[in-house]
Amino acid sequence: MRRLLVCLAIAACTRTPLPSRAVPAAPSATPTLVNGAGSTFVFPLLSKVFSDYVRVDPRVRFNYQSIGSGAGIRQITDRTVDFGASDAPLTDEQLAKAPDILHLPIVLGAVAVAYNLPSKPALRLTPDLLAGLYLGEITRWNDPRIAAVNPGVSLPSLPVAVIHRADGSGTTAIFTDYLAKVSPTWAQKVRHGTAVRWPVGIGGKGNEGVAGQLMSLPGAVGYVELAYAVQNKLPVASLANRAGEWIAPSVASTTAAATGAAASMPDDLRVSVTDPPGVGAYPIAGFTDILVFRGQTDPVKGPALARFLWWEIHDGQREAEPLLYAPLPPAVVAKVAVKIRSITLAGKPILVGQPE
Amino acid sequence: MTQSRWARRAATDAAMTWLCGLAVAVTLVPLVSLLWMVVARGASALSWSFLTSLPKPVGEVGGGVGNGIIGSALLLGLAATIGLPVGIGAGLFLAARGDGTAGRTVRFLAEILAGVPSVVAGLAVYALLVRPMHRFSALAGSLALAILMVPMLARGTEETVRMVPRDLFEASLGLGVAEWKSGLLIVARTAAGGITTAVCLALARAAGETAPLLFTALGNQFWNLRPDQPTASLPVLIFNYAVSPYPDWQKQAWGAALLLLVLVGVLNAAARLATRGRFAGGGR
Amino acid sequence: MGTSLPARRRLARRRLERTGDTLYRDALAAFGMSVAAALGIVAAESAKLAAPALRRFGIAFVGSTQWDPTADRFGALPFLAGTVLTSAEALALALPVGLGAAIFLSEMAPARLRAMVRFPIEMLAAIPSVIVGLWGLFVLAPIMRTRVEPLLARTGLPILSGTPVGVGLLAAGVVLAVMVLPTLTSLSLDVVGAVDRAQREGLYALGATRWEVIRRGVLPAAKSGLFGATVLALGRALGETMAVAMVVGNSPDMPHSLLATGGTLASVIANEFTEAVSDLHEAALAELGLVLLALTLLLSIGGRLLLRRSVR
Repeated sequence: MRRLLVCLAIAACTRTPLPSRAVPAAPSATPTLVNGAGSTFVFPLLSKVFSDYVRVDPRVRFNYQSIGSGAGIRQITDRTVDFGASDAPLTDEQLAKAPDILHLPIVLGAVAVAYNLPSKPALRLTPDLLAGLYLGEITRWNDPRIAAVNPGVSLPSLPVAVIHRADGSGTTAIFTDYLAKVSPTWAQKVRHGTAVRWPVGIGGKGNEGVAGQLMSLPGAVGYVELAYAVQNKLPVASLANRAGEWIAPSVASTTAAATGAAASMPDDLRVSVTDPPGVGAYPIAGFTDILVFRGQTDPVKGPALARFLWWEIHDGQREAEPLLYAPLPPAVVAKVAVKIRSITLAGKPILVGQPE
Repeated sequence: MTQSRWARRAATDAAMTWLCGLAVAVTLVPLVSLLWMVVARGASALSWSFLTSLPKPVGEVGGGVGNGIIGSALLLGLAATIGLPVGIGAGLFLAARGDGTAGRTVRFLAEILAGVPSVVAGLAVYALLVRPMHRFSALAGSLALAILMVPMLARGTEETVRMVPRDLFEASLGLGVAEWKSGLLIVARTAAGGITTAVCLALARAAGETAPLLFTALGNQFWNLRPDQPTASLPVLIFNYAVSPYPDWQKQAWGAALLLLVLVGVLNAAARLATRGRFAGGGR
Repeated sequence: MGTSLPARRRLARRRLERTGDTLYRDALAAFGMSVAAALGIVAAESAKLAAPALRRFGIAFVGSTQWDPTADRFGALPFLAGTVLTSAEALALALPVGLGAAIFLSEMAPARLRAMVRFPIEMLAAIPSVIVGLWGLFVLAPIMRTRVEPLLARTGLPILSGTPVGVGLLAAGVVLAVMVLPTLTSLSLDVVGAVDRAQREGLYALGATRWEVIRRGVLPAAKSGLFGATVLALGRALGETMAVAMVVGNSPDMPHSLLATGGTLASVIANEFTEAVSDLHEAALAELGLVLLALTLLLSIGGRLLLRRSVR
């Protein structure tokens, strides 16, 4: 395993374009710390990536704190961290405050609707049912409306315990963006965003907290990034997509959701891929973006960050699938690569060298 | 007639005795349950690698809380460096001139400061250091901890120093020894036990503080000894791991809780030992 | 050449020592003042952080029930209510138990038992909040969900209605009770122990039973001290953060039932502050901090004054 990683590391180094000027080596043996914060959605992937990247570039350590996408956006805007990570793009208002911030999608993830029912049945949910659960209109699992789309499934007469996020969250942004698209009541009463006014439920801190509540509470339903559900062996619902199919969250169905979006990606790479029209597409998915300032100021951290990002959208992509994230479609990789090349240090582009 | 009333009064008396005895038992139940759970669940998490390794990527089994142990040590060390001189100095000031207007005001403010919720101290330090420095840091975390330690130290120091007989100080002045020397050498030395107690108790309190660290020291999954960088700490690790869905992390939360509890217990025991058999006893 | 060498040396030394004295006094005064400054800084920096919210909402913030980060509308009332409810519950649970335990240990139990039990009770006060929260989350909450809450929900009272989920205001109150109990017990023990012997002996001479002596003699004399102890315990409960944040369930709604999830001033700051999504959100959280600060200051000043009057 380790040998494999070393090979991977060497391969990565040779493919990474050289920095435009010699990067000063860290003065001591202590590696440089690059601090980041944000999305809990992508934390399982990033913590793995950063742990492996130490072997690719031993001179830097990427300290990543998963405190929620909302926080990632705020902290990078306030420059209290060197990079942010968010599953929700900055709003126009947020972007106006920090126009120099780049959105760099690194991966796609699915928001799974997971539940804790004693017999672990495989459930199907329509958009209306999902909205009904989260609006507090459906309060018991054996509600006839749930039974109607789940023939043959024995539903317990447990009360529904709705779990949502207590913190500002990109997962919430994706989830509520979807609900607002499919449910007029939701769009009018709750709207969408990284933090909303929940009609019912228990708040969990981070994807970790929601999954934790799900694990401990029979009758609970919650939305988490797919990796959290699978790692914890929680059953997830199949959802009815726009094409009228029942689709379970998976790497393939997430990729299908992204393919359509890639073509119509705007120039700033801010895009929503929920409720897509495609066949086989899972309806609640989204890109996770790394947020960095285009103009870097630290002569050590800036290049380290740019080199990491380049590695991440190329060789780093192979880390995604084992953790159930979907790699970027090639068309998106090309667009992100252009953005990464535009990162500058003191006005000069950091990455020069061989084209893709 | 009077006999039955006496019997009723005696019965009430017995019943109340039982009820009050029961109250003692009820007080002890959570304590016993808590200690038992922390020791039982925590002990199974302990191992050499638990103490010395860094956390594994999310969802992978293994790894340890080495970063939290070092981080807590760093935070406590810095907090002590900032807090001890200020807290003990303020206590000496109160003991020497606590009866004047300035002294009474300072004592009053110190008592108020002692009642400030730690989470509010964290907010203030965020505004004071994190935002202007554009960085979460161990320094910010330890300043928040120091703010919580100072009133405890001031109060403890004042109480013990005041117990040192005034004659001792005056005799020293009478012998021609300078005030600062008398103050520091004789008073502080005689009261050293009591001050040590105050220091141990303040450190014990700071060691377990979590809320202010969330937005000052933040966290760090790597080793860190630099005061200007974000840093991990045992209490924050316990919080993050406890609310996580991963059984292995939850187990590590209990393990870290055991470590923290032992640290707090040792500091409290040291606080008691330091004043045992001295006239500067803390108890009534 | 008028003075001899040793005399001059002595003079120089005295001057040095006088400088030392001035320095010593100034340093101590500076340390004393820095305590005052620390309090000022805490208040001022929190207010600075809260400024945008203070400007936008002013004092109406305290009375508004809205906490809606998407619409940038913020009000403190749900959390103020959560804080008051959980603290009141904690006191309702802890007060009889703590007072009973203090009476037993002070008036009924042999001195050796008192010494033996007092130490572990005071130890409980030193256990970090986050560890009590850990216990609350993994030990208390499941018991609340499976045993306590279904039972309470059966009473049909609106204040006890809702789905038993374990975490929520009720569990937060119980955790707070566990946390203030040691403080309350040991302070009560001090207060009850400080009551004059003569209060008791007079009543015993009249043929009163032990309980009657306690009720008629000891408790009335200790009343104001016990009140002060209660106020101090309340102050601790109001500001308690981590243990509550871990079991309260974190929802920004006006509490309608003890079984419901909610939040307190302190818990919502801990949960949302680094996660705040807008400047106003962050400022509103800081304003919650100001509200909490004002609340605890009022209480800690009041409690100290009362306690001092009765014990000294």
